[in-house]
Amino acid sequence: MALLQIAEPGQSTDPHRHRLAVGIDLGTTNSLVATVRHSIPVVLDDTEGRALLPSIVQFHANGSTDVGYAAQRQQAIDARNTVVSVKRLMGRGMSDVEHIENMPYDFVDAPGMVQLRTVAGVRSPVEVSAEILKSLRKRAEQALGGDLIGAVVTVPAYFDDAQRQATKDAARLAGLNVLRLLSEPTAAAVAYGLDHGAQGIYAVYDLGGGTFDISILRLTKGVFEVLATGGDSALGGDDFDQRVFCWIVERSKLLPLSPQDTRLLMVKAREVKERLSVESEVRVNAVLSTGEVIDQILQNREFAQMTQPLVQKTLTACRSALRDAGLRTTEIDGVVMVGGATRTPHVRHAVGAFFGQTPLTNIDPDKVVALGAAIQANLLAGNRAAGDDWLLLDVIPLSLGLETMGGLVEKIIERNSTIPVARAQEFTTFKDGQTAISIHVVQGERELVADCRSLARFELRGIPPMPAGAARVRVTFQVDADGLLDVNALEIASGVQASIVVKPSYGLSDGDITRMLQESFGSVDDDMRKRALRERQVDAQRLIEATGAALASDGDLLSRDERVAVDALLAALTDRLGGEDGNAIKTSIEALAQATDDFAARRMDRSIRAALAGRRIDDLASVGRQGR
Amino acid sequence: MFIPPDHFQLFDLPARFALDMAALDSAYRSVQGHVHPDRFASGTAAENRVAMQWATQANEAYRTLKSPRKRAAYLCERAGVPIEAESNTSMPAEFLMQQLEWREALDEALAERDCTALRALGEGMAAERDRLLGEIGRALDVDADFALAASRVRQLMFIEKFGTEISSAEETLRDNDRASA
Repeated sequence: MALLQIAEPGQSTDPHRHRLAVGIDLGTTNSLVATVRHSIPVVLDDTEGRALLPSIVQFHANGSTDVGYAAQRQQAIDARNTVVSVKRLMGRGMSDVEHIENMPYDFVDAPGMVQLRTVAGVRSPVEVSAEILKSLRKRAEQALGGDLIGAVVTVPAYFDDAQRQATKDAARLAGLNVLRLLSEPTAAAVAYGLDHGAQGIYAVYDLGGGTFDISILRLTKGVFEVLATGGDSALGGDDFDQRVFCWIVERSKLLPLSPQDTRLLMVKAREVKERLSVESEVRVNAVLSTGEVIDQILQNREFAQMTQPLVQKTLTACRSALRDAGLRTTEIDGVVMVGGATRTPHVRHAVGAFFGQTPLTNIDPDKVVALGAAIQANLLAGNRAAGDDWLLLDVIPLSLGLETMGGLVEKIIERNSTIPVARAQEFTTFKDGQTAISIHVVQGERELVADCRSLARFELRGIPPMPAGAARVRVTFQVDADGLLDVNALEIASGVQASIVVKPSYGLSDGDITRMLQESFGSVDDDMRKRALRERQVDAQRLIEATGAALASDGDLLSRDERVAVDALLAALTDRLGGEDGNAIKTSIEALAQATDDFAARRMDRSIRAALAGRRIDDLASVGRQGR
Repeated sequence: MFIPPDHFQLFDLPARFALDMAALDSAYRSVQGHVHPDRFASGTAAENRVAMQWATQANEAYRTLKSPRKRAAYLCERAGVPIEAESNTSMPAEFLMQQLEWREALDEALAERDCTALRALGEGMAAERDRLLGEIGRALDVDADFALAASRVRQLMFIEKFGTEISSAEETLRDNDRASA
């Protein structure tokens, strides 16, 4: 069955101008890549026809890596160097990760985000995730026969700023241009909504390998509006495995296990869980490295009982999301099930009973997120067919605030605010002559700083000495369409300013990412240098033409001095264009781009104002048409 | 430098307290359709930045105009009469007395776990809110008395805050019942 018909026949975009874009579901257990081909979203299989890529990376002493099934086969043998469920570690410190004692890794407690010591050296979760993403990028480039212009990468709706930033860093490290970070339930809603032409209010229940999300969306005429979201970024199918694992250990009265045996039994536990989706009881057999033999029988009823508290936790999150949206269960028009863990029968029953309706499962719960991401990537890349349009309005899942006196949190942006969103708050000094103010940004719903997640600390210095309470420090939070935060502080009287893109203490700087990317490309040979020169010349030519056209149409937006500066840089670039020095051309391109950045912003502003004025005329015209 | 337009102008709606909510919803979606960063995802950094500013502005304007209290406060402010809730705390004595009575009633209902009393209190609050909104609407749209409207907005802030406390008290009682069941 064709899942989605994006374009009317004969209306599809010109294949020669199709820009290659993919959607990536970077999952705890499995990852997928999908694209829109001939107007139909499809998951891209590997060369052996498999859609799923197990999110497992094995590091070797020579620095090479295996990703996916090859790594999966080694996980019990080389547990220490084979990383599974790395998503649980993204943007997390050691104390944040539950059941860390059961993980067979050699952890390094780095500030902010935990790191792993492998035979190939110390690796951060960002680097491990980048290996998975690189593997998917290669798969996509081979299947599509060209370079990707960009990717939409999904994240759990309930991911906080640190986790989102880590995901974006991983994608950039894998050489992907991130068009957007998209919430997983929203991606699923896109796949369902466009496929079924749905209208009304939908709940998306997304229980993945390691994360749980519930999102409530309103679908109206091509607009997907998230009303509220909730969840737990450390609750998923893994926890169901964990319960089975503990049951095996207790039942068999096992002593502390080696990393190999731990991994062996975890793998067994997952198999048992999956088989219990279709069987009423499963026999658990295993032989440990100590020679001990495991032989137990687990009943479905018993499994349901031991995992009931986990299901209950998800329902509590559903209840508060409904409360935030101001809705009752009877007002929900449909419930969509997403994530492999929703295959477990008692999860389906519990969700059905909670919402009082049978949940929708007609799109494969493992693939629906990747398909939705691919559809969105296709739109963002500009491959939209005529008459085919929609808009996603997502929210921030957790409140953002600042630490105030006494370790209390002052909330600046409330959870479930539609993004992008900006808000400012004024603070003052509490001592006479205070010249600096320290700003601590936190995320979470609790009133005490200690109970929230610390995102960043920075200082605003150089405030002129004033009596206590006289300084006025305006702190502005800006959350962009990826859900990422940028904080800016300004002392109003003196104009002293400080700003920070919230990169949690572990965060990779842009410099780090560039360096890592360069290292991964290795040495540059002569052919590559020539190719790079040609590419730069083309870029330069394009920039010269675009700037010329912009000056001709909107030159009035520049002051005389600004115009002189732009003209000079334009001439310099034109001069260098014929030369053989790629780096000089690059420097010149960057200088012109930087000098015209503000001009570009003013032109964009003008064009938006014109579009909005046009909207009024269009609306009047459509009212006129309806009137007739 | 981004100069944001007036909220009403942005959505091309008359600057009045009485607002056609369906028209607001559809204007908001239409504006976002033109300015949202997703429209410029493969554009330049400058385009993305400006789109983000406009989309942020559209969200802020929608949030402000959707809420009757925020809409009234905004109308007062743009007429040069700020609400100044923090500095201007003077309230009519009668209103303060009423506040005290309500607060006692809430404490009592909570102590006795009396859901019926809580619900009655919540309904009283909703009626009071409607009455204030009616007064605010007349002050803004008919009499252009922004000072009166601003003082009623300050009262409304009390009422709405108290209403939230009542609903969370109801939630607490219900959650306790659920836990003990």
